[in-house]
Amino acid sequence: MSTPEIVVATEELAEHKSLLARVWDLCRRQPLGTFGALVVLLMIFLAVFANVLTPYNPEAASWENQLTAPNAQFLMGTDHFGRDILTRIIYGSRTALFVGFAASIVGATLGLVLGVASAYFGGTFDIIVQRVVDVVLAFPLIILALVVVAAFGTAIQYVIIAITIPFIPQCARVVRSNALAIREIPYVDAARAMGFSHARIILRHMVPNVMAPYLIMITAFMGQAILLEASLSFLGLGVQEPIPAWGLMLQGGAEEYAESAPWIPIFPGLAITVAVFGFNLFGDALRDVLDPKLRRE
Amino acid sequence: MKYFSARIAIAAIAGAALGLSAVGSASAAQKPQKGGILNFVVGSKIPSYDGHRETTFGVIHPLAPFYSLLIRINPDNPQSATDFVCDLCKGKLAKPTNGGTTYTFKIRKGVKFHDGTPLTAADIVATYQKIIFPPEGIPSARKTFFRMVESVSAPSKYTVVFKLQFPSGAFIGALGNPYNWTYSKKDLDENGYTWHQKNINGTGPFVFVQHQPGSFVEGKRYAGYHHKGQPYLDGYKAISASKMAVRLQAIRGGRAAIEFRGFPPKARDDLVKALGDKITVQESDWNCALMTTPNHKVKPFDDPRVRRALTLSLDRWGGSKYLSNIAIVKTVGGVVFPGHPLAATKEELQKIAGYWPDIEKSRAEAKRLLKEAGVAGMSFEFHNRGVDQPYKVVGTWMIDQWRRIGLKVTQRVQPSPAFYATLRKKKDFQVSMDFNCQAVINPIADITKFLGSAGNNYGSFEDKVLEDIYNKLLRSGDVNTQLKLIRQYEKRALDEQASGALTLWWYKINPHRSFVKGWKIAPSHYLNQQLDNVWLDKKLM
Repeated sequence: MSTPEIVVATEELAEHKSLLARVWDLCRRQPLGTFGALVVLLMIFLAVFANVLTPYNPEAASWENQLTAPNAQFLMGTDHFGRDILTRIIYGSRTALFVGFAASIVGATLGLVLGVASAYFGGTFDIIVQRVVDVVLAFPLIILALVVVAAFGTAIQYVIIAITIPFIPQCARVVRSNALAIREIPYVDAARAMGFSHARIILRHMVPNVMAPYLIMITAFMGQAILLEASLSFLGLGVQEPIPAWGLMLQGGAEEYAESAPWIPIFPGLAITVAVFGFNLFGDALRDVLDPKLRRE
Repeated sequence: MKYFSARIAIAAIAGAALGLSAVGSASAAQKPQKGGILNFVVGSKIPSYDGHRETTFGVIHPLAPFYSLLIRINPDNPQSATDFVCDLCKGKLAKPTNGGTTYTFKIRKGVKFHDGTPLTAADIVATYQKIIFPPEGIPSARKTFFRMVESVSAPSKYTVVFKLQFPSGAFIGALGNPYNWTYSKKDLDENGYTWHQKNINGTGPFVFVQHQPGSFVEGKRYAGYHHKGQPYLDGYKAISASKMAVRLQAIRGGRAAIEFRGFPPKARDDLVKALGDKITVQESDWNCALMTTPNHKVKPFDDPRVRRALTLSLDRWGGSKYLSNIAIVKTVGGVVFPGHPLAATKEELQKIAGYWPDIEKSRAEAKRLLKEAGVAGMSFEFHNRGVDQPYKVVGTWMIDQWRRIGLKVTQRVQPSPAFYATLRKKKDFQVSMDFNCQAVINPIADITKFLGSAGNNYGSFEDKVLEDIYNKLLRSGDVNTQLKLIRQYEKRALDEQASGALTLWWYKINPHRSFVKGWKIAPSHYLNQQLDNVWLDKKLM
């Protein structure tokens, strides 16, 4: 006669196996997404453990090592200040992730609230919100970001704001289209009939049902945010020296020494490319996984 | 007094074929050819069109060709600190009378402003009244150069008289400053002293055509120019390009023929390697030094101990070796242009805080001072100008140097107009990059930058001791006394009060397309920029 504990343990094991199997299955079905996820995890790992992964200070000049080509000591070479490029790329992932996460989460969340509220209230409120969204969407991302940085300044918090603002209407538009369908589902009417407040209906009953597009937007924004931050820094309007940032590493010395010391622009350029590529692949895979129609197929 | 022994290295890099003499003699022998448009690149934006208030090459390179000066440094001998010639005045340079206190200039007849207004002595007087005695609220960057001037007057339609309070060897150099653009009295009277910030009307070799902000300034030949036969060019286009790499590639790709400010050694080598004899290189010492200005109105920078700590942490002797590889800076010096007879010797410099030969001892003292002031390990924001060379490179170097005494420094970089607005109006900075770039080598005038009362000193301080030393220096005609007073001045400004900290003096390297002829490098990027003697050799184009 089996005891209840043994039955529970067997069920847990079966569930555990099933989870692993599901992950493995997912990896096999989404090899590019898996690659993207690995890139994201690697970036997070580098950012978290930067100070134990490299012996060098990313901001400290080392004049005796100016413009050293890649070698055993400096795997990616050094820049014109003698700083190890690998170290600056590792620390640069902190800047990229910090700006990327902050901008994409704040931008997507504000867009989520605005989009759901716009769909829920409808009428004049919806029309006004959507026209404002149209106006903001009419501007290219980089132009909008440049305007914000030019107006406020180039400190890192302003860079985040500059990148966040263009994301809000993008997410609001996508979320609204999903929320419009949810608004018509009877349980929302039921919640209204029970006298729940607008805030409660929006936050408790509608928002959870648009989480899939919200999460997808976050991952899509991450790649865009990293690229925007790098673009602003490259233009001299983002983070400033000596903070390690990939876009910043592509300007100044990188431009001046592009021919004689090509390792200065190549490695940060590669870092940006791989990171953006990784986040986009991860976002695509997430969309496939979270979309019920695609899942059924 | 001729203090300056000119040092010029005009290296014509034609493989190794052309040398200094070859270029010099070839240029001299060739007859200037007329025609063509000179495209050149400028690495800074234009804060305003008014040369009297501005201090940046971003103004003088694109706009100087629209204006004339009363006197100017000889365009064929710009390395000289004393070879002044008449521009709007007539004949040879006036000799002072009344014991060296009166200078009389005869003005050329028949000169017209570009709007057709005839030029008279009244225009010269109105111009210098604006420069020397500006009304409250009208900035004049070089008014302290003219402390010796008592009055400017026009006893007749074509005569101008400068009366000095005391004889001064610094006067002619101040008068020949390339920013002293001659404005029309009519414009000043009818439109006020701020009109020239946004409008242009001069008597220079070129007439203003258009300015597309952030893009280019265009000028065309002025047919009524008073130096007959000049200018040789049909016109010019000053193309704005803030990034050095862009300017370099513009010359390399033939989009521009020259950049008048200067490139670092690496850029010169790249251009020469790529273009061979299509590139000519001119090099010179540079009357320009980068410095930092602490805002004395902001704590803890009102404390001389903190300011001394900032200067003590800078390894100038080391920086001279490694920064000169990557930036347009090179020479360690005090307040006076290095190499000038009034400049400090190495031994004298090494007695000043921040110039000590032992950098470890210097940094230990810096840390002690910070601790004593109660701000060990403090954080502050360093304000810098958005120009690659040498500002951003040297700025990064300084932040690294300050890090070595435990300071945590972030950087705020602004494009030129915003940078100047911060220094002049907002004053919302803690420590800022600053520079003392002067035109004519005129040490007694040049060092006014360190006076709290100077129009171009942004530190917001008063130092009566320094002012007194300077006033004695200004009135001194004896070289030995001048030397003694300048050393006192230097010690006070750079060490005891550390009201500003010099970093390194610049070194000017101008690689340009070999078809650009007539332009000769000066020890300043402000000098010799009217372009009336520049021509294009069509055979080499």
